Amino acid sequence: MSVTESLPWWAAVPVAVLLVLGGLITVIGTLGLVRLKDFYQRIHGPAITITLGAGCILVASMVYFTVAQSRLVVHELLISVFVLMSAPVVAMLIMRAAVYRDLRHHHRPLGTDTDVSCSATSADELQRESSRH
Amino acid sequence: MSTATLLSVAILFALACVVVAMLLSTLRLIIGPSAQDRVLALDTLWMCTMLLALMLGIRFGSQIYFEAALLIALLGFVSTIALAKFLMRGEVIE
Repeated sequence: MSVTESLPWWAAVPVAVLLVLGGLITVIGTLGLVRLKDFYQRIHGPAITITLGAGCILVASMVYFTVAQSRLVVHELLISVFVLMSAPVVAMLIMRAAVYRDLRHHHRPLGTDTDVSCSATSADELQRESSRH
Repeated sequence: MSTATLLSVAILFALACVVVAMLLSTLRLIIGPSAQDRVLALDTLWMCTMLLALMLGIRFGSQIYFEAALLIALLGFVSTIALAKFLMRGEVIE
């Protein structure tokens, strides 16, 4: 069924543990994305947790290919470094966009859920205020 | 239990976990009340797809999946940056 070669015990156990851990951490992070209440809480799930899960799976892949091919295979480091550099940048940019969008309709306190009717009314109020001055 | 069985069980478990994670973030992508929630869910979906490609590479013992994972990571980063920029300013290239 599986094409995986048989590894020695000292390599197979860490790879299996890292894979299970990575999968569980990824699910926990996405569960946070679904369950938490407002956007500023929700962003912590993917930004922090999924980076850790990806790290676990990348290390597992590195160990597996290094032992299976009995030579040093570290090109997963490329993805690891890229994910470690890009995840904070992405989180910061999305967060800043959310802050700008919330401040633009300034009648609403930070972090509450946006819905279309609310944003339309606050935009109308803004327009009315600006025409009054 | 041999090491091959252990590995294939672990990989199947991790694959199932990542697929569940993709389903959950698709749920957030559909019900997400605001646009920034949807962008965040899309970014999570890109990340999970990259992990899926990596784990398929381990499962089939092939290096080809690595390049797919690298491409997916790059494209996900660029598309999320573009969407966040669009949310902030209303245009991507000013």
